[in-house]
Amino acid sequence: MMNLLKNLIGWIDERFPLVSTWKEHASEYYAPKNFNFWYFFGGLALLVLVIQILSGIFLTMNYKPDALFAFASVEYIMRDVQWGWLLRYIHSTGASMFFVVIYLHMFRGLMYGSYRKPRELLWIIGMIIYLALMGEAFMGYLLPWGQMSFWGAQVIVNLFASVPFVGHDLAILIRGDFVVSDATLNRFFALHVIAIPLVLVLLVVAHLVALHEVGSNNPDGIEIKKNKDANGIPLDGIPFFPYMVVKDGVAAIGFLIVFCSVVFFAPDMGGYFLEYNNFVPANPMKTPEHIAPVWYFTPYYAILRAVPPMFGSQFPGVVAMGVATVAFFFLPWLDRGKVKSVRYRGPLYKAFLASFVVSFVGLGYLGLMPATPTYTIISQVLSVVYFAFFILMPWYTKIDKCKPEPERVTCK
Amino acid sequence: MKAIKRILALALFVAAPALVWASGAEMHLDKAPVDLNDKVSLQRGAKLFTSRCLACHSAAYMRYNRLADIGMSEEQIKKDLELPDDVKIGSTMQAAMDANSAKLAYGVVPPDLSVIARSRSPDWLYTYLRVFYVDSAAATGWNNTAFPSVAMPHVMSDMQGELHLKVENHDGHEVKKLELVTPGSMKPAEYDAAVADLTNYLVFMSEPAKLVRYNLGFIVLGFLFVLLALVYALKKEIWKDIH
Repeated sequence: MMNLLKNLIGWIDERFPLVSTWKEHASEYYAPKNFNFWYFFGGLALLVLVIQILSGIFLTMNYKPDALFAFASVEYIMRDVQWGWLLRYIHSTGASMFFVVIYLHMFRGLMYGSYRKPRELLWIIGMIIYLALMGEAFMGYLLPWGQMSFWGAQVIVNLFASVPFVGHDLAILIRGDFVVSDATLNRFFALHVIAIPLVLVLLVVAHLVALHEVGSNNPDGIEIKKNKDANGIPLDGIPFFPYMVVKDGVAAIGFLIVFCSVVFFAPDMGGYFLEYNNFVPANPMKTPEHIAPVWYFTPYYAILRAVPPMFGSQFPGVVAMGVATVAFFFLPWLDRGKVKSVRYRGPLYKAFLASFVVSFVGLGYLGLMPATPTYTIISQVLSVVYFAFFILMPWYTKIDKCKPEPERVTCK
Repeated sequence: MKAIKRILALALFVAAPALVWASGAEMHLDKAPVDLNDKVSLQRGAKLFTSRCLACHSAAYMRYNRLADIGMSEEQIKKDLELPDDVKIGSTMQAAMDANSAKLAYGVVPPDLSVIARSRSPDWLYTYLRVFYVDSAAATGWNNTAFPSVAMPHVMSDMQGELHLKVENHDGHEVKKLELVTPGSMKPAEYDAAVADLTNYLVFMSEPAKLVRYNLGFIVLGFLFVLLALVYALKKEIWKDIH
């Protein structure tokens, strides 16, 4: 029996790099042994991607991308399709949990300087994944064809209309119509189920290839490849298989416990994962009193609203919102710190990082609220804090008093 | 990390009063006594729904035979709900009045009620159905404190009786009160209980899967906790030589 298996693997290996790929990316890929809690979220993001693709495939079998039937087909899935309600809740919860996991994954990068040399490209690919994910979520949210789906899409597409000169045509190009309509629903469906998922999967592969080329960062922010044994194996590295696989396995089950708690006990999460108003079918004749995007977009939405219109155009706010997302791309070159990890950074970086987190969470909250004058002022202050984190970074990381990095990784 | 915690604590401290203030502007709603385990209440609610609401409203995503989930047999559904002979048990709940005549009569097409308990909260429904009052200025003769200038008349006034709005002046504050002027066929507590049944039913109808969702959730979580223990033990075993 063992012989047969050996022969089979040998047969494949002559035609496909099976064993060498396994060695390079699993059994002989060395990851730092001091990974902590924050290092779970990359693997969890991959898990959520798989969950979304699988649940999405089955939803597609019963969903109808037609303005007349979309809302009804979702309710059909919820009631008449066997286990349809479970598929739908898995998919809707997955959308929000994707962003929870990705935001924590990105925060890990900020804390431990994972975007620094030699991981600039890894970081940039990750940021493109994040942008693609935002597009994916935005288009997916139109599909249930509820009031929030419709008006949320209307508001966001109108942002593109504020671009000078080409805005009007750009918005028509996106919608395929003069208003959000059946044509919009059809193209968003196509993009949501084929185009963007395809791009996402390819980008995730590129992200992993880049990661395995440079190796993982770790909570100490030092390179484990600097200290190798006689065989060229990093002294502080352990093989991805089985060590990291089983460790990530524990994290995955822990994550699924949280995930299933939401799916089974609070799928609408008090209106944050599934907005109440989205249980009213889309009605182009009736604008809801209060249009709020889903929670994962609200920090940017708050920044958009914080910028006052200039020359009668919303465009400056749109630019601010765009810059707020794109700013992350430049981190590898904005950061002048001598060390990578927050563990050895000085008080200045810690203070800026902490205030950035407060501004992000605060803006997220304010983006859900109606824009009262008080809230607008708070949003403006927090937006300044948000941008200060990036703009002042070359300055405060350079003059910050860093502690010396250790020679070898530390396990706490 | 300490700095982060401190700043987060401060942010919470600042945000808390804003939260309280923001929620204070909402109207007071009575808490709906929803209990999906109470099958008898759900069945009473179903009867009220089909006899009172379906005249004008539809529940176009709800099939009659789905009432089996709340313990009604096919016979009961046909007999107790007085299904017309031409309505099949597997068909969805359609309004008796067609949309055009409803629009002519009330100015709006009465909304479909399949998922009304998800777009409006159960508390809102429970309150709304109990606060209709006589208003001679309104086209239907009825108004509602939870939904001012509502197009819908009070369809259960024979049960509740007629409420009138009294505005009292307390030290310059206007206090609005509803008073039962003409009693109906039910005592106020009985009417509240009937509306509670109806609300309960609307919650069920908005998501029939809710009846099985929680139980299944406990089984899934139980399985995952056992799996977590096993995988954690495996991790411990594999990692024991890593220092």
